[in-house]
Amino acid sequence: MTPTPGGTTHRRTLRWQTATVLAVHDETPRARTLRLALPEPRRHLAGQHYVLRLTAPDGYTASRSYSVASAPDDTGEIELTVEKLVDGEVSEFVHDVVLPGDELEVRGPIGGFFAWAGDSPALLVGGGSGVVPLMAMLRLARRTGRADLVRMVVSVRSPEDLYYAAELPGPQTTVVYTRVAPPGAPRPPGRLAVADVAALVRGGEDAYVCGSAGFAEAATTVLLAAGVPVERIKVERFGPSG
Amino acid sequence: MATTTRGFFGRGRAARDPRLPPGQYDARDDWPVLHAEATPRIGTDRWTFTVEGLVERETTWTWDEIHALPRSRYAGDIHCVTTWSKLGMTFDGVSVDTLLAAAGPLPTATHVVAVSHTGYTTNLPLTDVTGGKAWVVWDADGRPLTVEHGGPARLLVPHLYFWKSAKWVSGLRLLDHDEPGFWERNGYHDRGDPWTEQRYQGD
Repeated sequence: MTPTPGGTTHRRTLRWQTATVLAVHDETPRARTLRLALPEPRRHLAGQHYVLRLTAPDGYTASRSYSVASAPDDTGEIELTVEKLVDGEVSEFVHDVVLPGDELEVRGPIGGFFAWAGDSPALLVGGGSGVVPLMAMLRLARRTGRADLVRMVVSVRSPEDLYYAAELPGPQTTVVYTRVAPPGAPRPPGRLAVADVAALVRGGEDAYVCGSAGFAEAATTVLLAAGVPVERIKVERFGPSG
Repeated sequence: MATTTRGFFGRGRAARDPRLPPGQYDARDDWPVLHAEATPRIGTDRWTFTVEGLVERETTWTWDEIHALPRSRYAGDIHCVTTWSKLGMTFDGVSVDTLLAAAGPLPTATHVVAVSHTGYTTNLPLTDVTGGKAWVVWDADGRPLTVEHGGPARLLVPHLYFWKSAKWVSGLRLLDHDEPGFWERNGYHDRGDPWTEQRYQGD
């Protein structure tokens, strides 16, 4: 199936479509990835998200936005990674109920601001689950042979909290551990600091910051101190939206 | 009608607050922070608010000048398109009616673009910011509005999704046509009524 041409969110109806769950797998004990087949695929930009809507038999609905973790491609399939939140009506359902073969309503892709086209230098700074849209960017860069464009810093509490742990490490990526570092880590546990990003700033790049509101504020402050101009910093804040 | 999701029954609808529009949940003590740019620090010594465009008198207020205008309070609920709502808040500031009265909208004006000190924009029909429906506010629940929530002052249009309530607002530009703002160019609805779930273009 040929996806409709992509780009930023179109100023037209974003139709709901019924996706089929092809596979589920856990990234961490609290993060699960769904691979979805879309009947009406539209190629996304790395960094965009989809809305997932659950509907009860009496018509009650709950919907939440989840970033696409997979790189844009022509498969008609996407991957969404969902963090399990305490009392999260949608995220707990994704973790506890959803199985391959289930049908889920989604619409997207949405968002044009926090998106990377894959052809310009980018510094990616993610905290915890904020790595998800950045992973789409890293995957795109690697797939297109332009990994040189990307530098990525991911901040996590401990090794077991790192999403995509088998795939993410590489010459483009740095992992900062805030509470527990693995044996032999080059730096002691601690919050993201200017020293963690200063050497990665080349000048002329766009910085993409994604994480909780607290992480986003701290990371933005660090980037400014490292010399990234404020107008080149794009921020996606993940709220506690269940 | 949406397709029923296998195994999903929803939670707590017996206790659902009638003040919650469809698809929204009560954020209770949380006030999530969601904006797309670095949080700016705008001192009140250099803060200004301007009404311009299709008006008889382009008018700019300083921080002290806008505080000398008659105060107006909103007490009620706010609704974010990301599905959280906060119920029973109070905001203090000045009514947009007061600001527009000073500038004198021309009869040809039909829409406004709210502009922020960060360059953020959002578009609204003029009728959605007049008639006691919109404010420029600097206090929330009795305390100065913090910078992450748009302080020192933000627009407040509480009957529409909260992205219309531009943080760090710097002015209103009156137009004779609708001109999509930041999120609206990126697929979000031009009006954004939470009660009819106007979240995205075409809703």
